[in-house]
Formats: sequence, structure tokens, C-alpha cells
Amino acid sequence: MDKLIIAGREFDSRLLVGTGKFASNQAMVDAMENSGSEIVTVALRRVDIDNPEDSLLSHIDPKRYLLLPNTSGARDAEEAVRLARLARAAGCEPWIKLEVTPDPYYLLPDPIETLKAAEILVKEGFIVLPYMPADPVLARRLEEVGTATVMPLGAPIGTNRGVRTRDHIEIIIEQSNVPVIVDAGLGAPSHAAEAMEMGADAVLVNTALADTPNPALMAQAFCKGVQAGREAYLAGLGTQRHQAEASSPLTGFLRND
Amino acid sequence: MQLTINGTSKDYPDSISVQQLLVQLDLAPELVVVELNRDILTPNMHADTILKTEDKIELVQFVGGG
Repeated sequence: MDKLIIAGREFDSRLLVGTGKFASNQAMVDAMENSGSEIVTVALRRVDIDNPEDSLLSHIDPKRYLLLPNTSGARDAEEAVRLARLARAAGCEPWIKLEVTPDPYYLLPDPIETLKAAEILVKEGFIVLPYMPADPVLARRLEEVGTATVMPLGAPIGTNRGVRTRDHIEIIIEQSNVPVIVDAGLGAPSHAAEAMEMGADAVLVNTALADTPNPALMAQAFCKGVQAGREAYLAGLGTQRHQAEASSPLTGFLRND
Repeated sequence: MQLTINGTSKDYPDSISVQQLLVQLDLAPELVVVELNRDILTPNMHADTILKTEDKIELVQFVGGG
């Protein structure tokens, strides 16, 4: 079977979903369900002690989903490491989606701080999935320090713009020995399919599912997009040509010239 | 005594434990993580950890995120 294997663990689904920005917990649960995903990301934030909300965890079945806490909000390696340790203390498995985004406007990951944090977290026994710029050199460096995947961005977080970093992601896929998960910026199932057709091992989507009136239906569409792209990649895409190449025979026409 | 919880300073009764603080704030210990002066406390430390004035406490939980 065609399994996604991360750090020795097998998954059937190649779609990871985020849990942010859904209009309701029910919308989130429906989207998770229809996505077929087995890995869901969550964030860690201060409790509002004056208005405690009901816990997100009461809506996520830990037997069904691997909880992947992120370090969103971290502006440097130190903050990311702190968040990762807190997440592990919450009783999660030591899987962490490493995110270091000092710039609030584009939320682009800081490559230097991401690499620093990855090195520390790997040494502490974390399974590190780093969100990163689509930089093939950085992907190598992250792999060398022992990250379980690399997660290059397609476009800035929440922009729904698709695989704008295509050429560099192709190089990362070509060179990587760990799974490549295209994260961020994928806004349509066709974007997910495109990433998968290129040979990405998986994709991660959040905004595209949350930012629609019908998250459940969109999650289903992404599930199909990911599967379609994966199957096309496994089958092998036809060669692109400049000149037409007829599909029908070029003989036996009803004319004599 | 003064405790700073999630960045806000407030008055609390002397020598309460972390466990008592969570009860007072109506927070389930299995759903929050406690950091005391930058050290993480595991749930089995909550009962025996007595808070002192000017302690800085962070109480965090999982929320939706991508």
C-alpha cells in the first residue's frame, strides 16, 4: 500500500489539516472528518482566565488523530523551543510543527531561527516538522540536523494563492530524503493536486477549509484533490511538448492528398 | 500576595498551591499547562508547589491553529 511514513509512523492520508479559524467547533470537526486526515495541527495560547472557553481537545478524538502542536507566534528559536516544551508537557506525543515567523505581515518563516530551534528540539527528542521557506539549501540543512520532514511553503500563510514556489519545491522534492509536505498558501483542491503531482509526499491546509461557507464539502474536495494528485504522480505524468502530437491515427483519412 | 498570571498582576491568598489556584480559576488540570517562573510544572507537581508573592505563572492551552 501507498503509505505516508513520517518518523517510522504510517499514515494512509496525505492531507494534514489545521484547526484554526473555523466558524464553530462543529464546522471544524466536520471538516476534519471529511478530509480523511489523520494528523491535525493545533496552537498553544494563554488561557483567558476571565473567560475560559471549552477545550478544543474535547472536540478532537486522540485515537483517531495525531495531534500536531505548532509553535505559531514564536518570533525566534527560544520562543519556539519554549512553546514546543509546553506542548509536550500537555501530554502530547513529542511531535511538533516548528514555526518561527517574526514578520507579522507576510508571516514568512525565519530560516536561521528555524534551523536553530530544529537542532535543539531534535536533540531533546522531538519529532520536528519544520515550516520553512521553499529553499532547497535550507531543506538540506534541516534534514541534516534530523528533522522528520521538511514543510516548504507554497505561498504565505492564509493567502490561498497556490504553489507559487513551484520551481524550488521541485528541487526540494528531488533532493529530499525525508517527506516533503507543502504547507501554507494552498487555497484550492487543484493547488493540492498540483503539489502532489509534483511528488510532494503530503500537503497541509487550514485557511482554505475554514474560509469557506461549507468547510465539510471543501475538505472532501481537498481529500479528492490530494488523492488525484498522488495517483497521477504514481502513474507518471505525460511529457510536455511544444508541438502538437496527434492522438488519432494520421493515416486513412477520407481524402487522397 | 501578588501573582502575575498570563501577564496580569492580581492579589491571591497567601501560600496557595498551583492545584488550589487552578481550582479557584475553574481550570481542569489536564487541559492546561502551567509554567512557573519559566519552569514547566507537570500535573503531579501541582499539589506540592506552593506559590510565592511575585511568582510569574503562565497558563496555556491548545486552541485552533494551522
